[in-house]
Amino acid sequence: MSALAVRDLWKDYGGAAVLQGVDLDVAPGSLTAVLGHSGCGKTTLLRVIAGFERGERGVVSLAGRTLDDARTYVPPERRSIGYVPQEGALFPHLSVRENVAFGLPRRERRGATVAGLLEMVGIAPLARRMPHELSGGEQQRVALARALARRPQALLLDEPFSSLDASLRGRVRDEVHALLREQGVTTVLVTHDQEEALSLADVVAVLRDGRIVQQAAPAQLYERPVDERLARFLGETNLIQARLEDGRAQTALGTLELRVKAASGEEALTGAHSGIVLVRPEQLDVRPRAQGIAGASPPEGEDAPAGVSGRVEHCRYYGHDALLHIRPEQPGAPEMLLARVHGAHALAPGTPVTVAAHGPVTALQGPAAQPHGPAAPSA
Amino acid sequence: MSTYAPTAPRWTRAWSGRARWPLVNVLGGAIAAALVLLPLTFLIVEAQQSGWSEVQRLLLRHSVAVLLWNTVRLALACTVLCALLGVAAAWCVERTALAGRRLWAVLLVLPLGVPDFVTGFGWVSIDPALHGYLAAVMIMTLSLYPLVYLPAAAALTRIDAGLEEAARSLGMGPWQTFLKVTLRQIRPAVLGGCLLVTLALLAEYGAFEIVQYRTFTVEIFTEFKLGFDTVAACSLSLVLVLLSLAALGGELALSGRGRAWRSGPGSPRPAPRVALGRWLLPVVGGLASLCGLALGVPAGSLVYWLARGSSSTLPSASILGALAHTAEFSAAAAAIATTLAVPVSALAVRHRGRATVLIERLAYLPMALPGLVIALGLVAFSVRYAFALYQSSLELIVAYSILFLPLAVVGVRSAMAQAPARLEEVGRSLGCRPAAAWMRVTLPLIARGIGAAFALVFISAATELTATLLLHPTGVNTLATQFWAYTSELSYGAAAPYAALMVAISAIPAYLLTRRMTSLARVEPRR
Repeated sequence: MSALAVRDLWKDYGGAAVLQGVDLDVAPGSLTAVLGHSGCGKTTLLRVIAGFERGERGVVSLAGRTLDDARTYVPPERRSIGYVPQEGALFPHLSVRENVAFGLPRRERRGATVAGLLEMVGIAPLARRMPHELSGGEQQRVALARALARRPQALLLDEPFSSLDASLRGRVRDEVHALLREQGVTTVLVTHDQEEALSLADVVAVLRDGRIVQQAAPAQLYERPVDERLARFLGETNLIQARLEDGRAQTALGTLELRVKAASGEEALTGAHSGIVLVRPEQLDVRPRAQGIAGASPPEGEDAPAGVSGRVEHCRYYGHDALLHIRPEQPGAPEMLLARVHGAHALAPGTPVTVAAHGPVTALQGPAAQPHGPAAPSA
Repeated sequence: MSTYAPTAPRWTRAWSGRARWPLVNVLGGAIAAALVLLPLTFLIVEAQQSGWSEVQRLLLRHSVAVLLWNTVRLALACTVLCALLGVAAAWCVERTALAGRRLWAVLLVLPLGVPDFVTGFGWVSIDPALHGYLAAVMIMTLSLYPLVYLPAAAALTRIDAGLEEAARSLGMGPWQTFLKVTLRQIRPAVLGGCLLVTLALLAEYGAFEIVQYRTFTVEIFTEFKLGFDTVAACSLSLVLVLLSLAALGGELALSGRGRAWRSGPGSPRPAPRVALGRWLLPVVGGLASLCGLALGVPAGSLVYWLARGSSSTLPSASILGALAHTAEFSAAAAAIATTLAVPVSALAVRHRGRATVLIERLAYLPMALPGLVIALGLVAFSVRYAFALYQSSLELIVAYSILFLPLAVVGVRSAMAQAPARLEEVGRSLGCRPAAAWMRVTLPLIARGIGAAFALVFISAATELTATLLLHPTGVNTLATQFWAYTSELSYGAAAPYAALMVAISAIPAYLLTRRMTSLARVEPRR
């Protein structure tokens, strides 16, 4: 059974339908990330769950108790849902301690409860500080302690890390993650950052055009997105024309194993047909041709190492890895390939290379699947 | 599934969760709007009591053309002079390496704390020959230039040095840079100040009466107070309202789309200050004579009359009585205006929509309405429809509340903008009912703004003359009316203590205002 459930939720805002039938299930104690572009309705969804807005249609329930439907409306103060808005939203006129104690009954505000909470998030020495004297990460932790003080049945985090510096973000993210794990709170986190969603959450729900287009574990989402748009949204992609037959995909990059169960559920299709497969940049193996096994002209025959020859056109170097833009020089190959290689193996533009791929890959189907070659994530 | 068919009427579901609390705001906003519209409505009703042809006849007299010319040429000359003086002084203080800048900043703003009619009194009481156009221009310029100085100085400190540096690197000289870049950046602030100057000029009565210069406001006052001709007074008032609205429109048209704008986050880098060199003496001399004329003369003459008058006339009982009445009326008005400003600001900041923006604009409208016009409208209303109200202290308090509602809204609104609704929502998610969340989160956050607004309205009401003269209950005198009575009898020594008290009431806050402005400009609030 899910702790928090949203069923067919509709909401419009200034005439535009922001939520158009959202379904979301959050398992008890899990961390679910709602991922979407800015303006896709993520915040509205959180606000309806928190009770600051009402849905126009649909049901929100928590542990079997209906919070919002056509007849019921439970006001926010009686929902037992903690809410951490963007940038923490600490009460600027109250000290750290008073902020954390805000939601507690009067007699508990001065006791050990608050001290324990401050200890838990590691800000006990800052108890007397005012919010503007805290760093972004510290503010975030105070906001979290404040929301957890009432032992809510669920916790909502709205872009909790987006206001932090890149250098700080990773650390705060890990700390918050560890804390939520330890507390076992059912958590919904909203973010526009794919990396954050994939690395943090147990389940990622992608919100697009007011609907959840896919809800799955991070690895499954990354490897088997339901469509091309989602594939691009989650990271760099190579979309490659293929002939699909017997669980294999024959492509210009060689014959690749298909994932047994395509996400689109069309694995039942038998017989050969053509389609598009999704090959992530890290699935491409790039070898400089001069010293590579491929040589200037690949030998004939069945066992010939598969791959296309091409040239590095452009290299984006990130330190730990590098992203190569490779223009194949073979007819029938995609126009451009994106390959991620180890940082130490970055290649200068102009280097002749051979590119091969290793499976398994996912077949994308449907009208959206057009071979476009590589594309950067469209976030 | 894909068709969109809400199960309940949409608005009920959307609002039922949070309708109750904003209802208080809606009610307060409606009362504020009604109060503002009341005097204006009855002004029009009264003016056309004898038909529009009568209004036409009254307004097409030759004397009206003379009044119009008097008013317009005075407004133009004073506004231009205030703009020049205000910007020049602001630039000298904020952008040159002048010594004692903080002291100059305070001295240059202090004339704002002296009511215009007291400045007029100060000049005329030492030189009775002063009268007419030039005297009026000089006295009003000296009292009103801080209205341009303050926003111009604030805008100058906010300019990012990068803009001017960019202009210089693109080949502009220092003068060209000042005219094309610096001035462009502070233009909205300067124009806003000029608008305030013009509106103050249109509304002024006391100072012009003292120097015997006839503007619309003086004429209206005379028609009503001496001739007791409400129809003529109200008809002329309509022209005055139109002039004020024209000033408002002029500011809107001139300020246009070129807003002060800065790219990039973070606080701007302050511009380097210019070394004065051989300009030191002229600049210091200029600023010193400005302060001397605007502040020294009225203050000196007050001190002179205080010293001379103390022996002959000092009915201390009546001055305490006047002080008590002033405090009572001003405090009541400040309480009403601030109370109304809270819902108006809440609606404007948190529930922005066509209706709430209209309410906000209406609340600002009295800024363009001379106190005389509001008082006349209330008189017209009370004489015909609520006689019990006529010349009651309540009527005076209501007039003050309407007149200074804009000040209250400005103060509370800026505080409200610092108290986002989101914080109140967090309070609710932490278990507070709506009213408790408001009390524990929003109220503490806007308390300082409310306090500042209260003080501002209190001071303005305590030093208000025109509406007070028209509306004060018979036999009840305030500081302003008693001062005026003595001044009219040329008993300058007797009038001086009343003026001194009014200056004391408003000069201290004027001083605090400059302190706050300068500290605000120096420390950018942390985000």
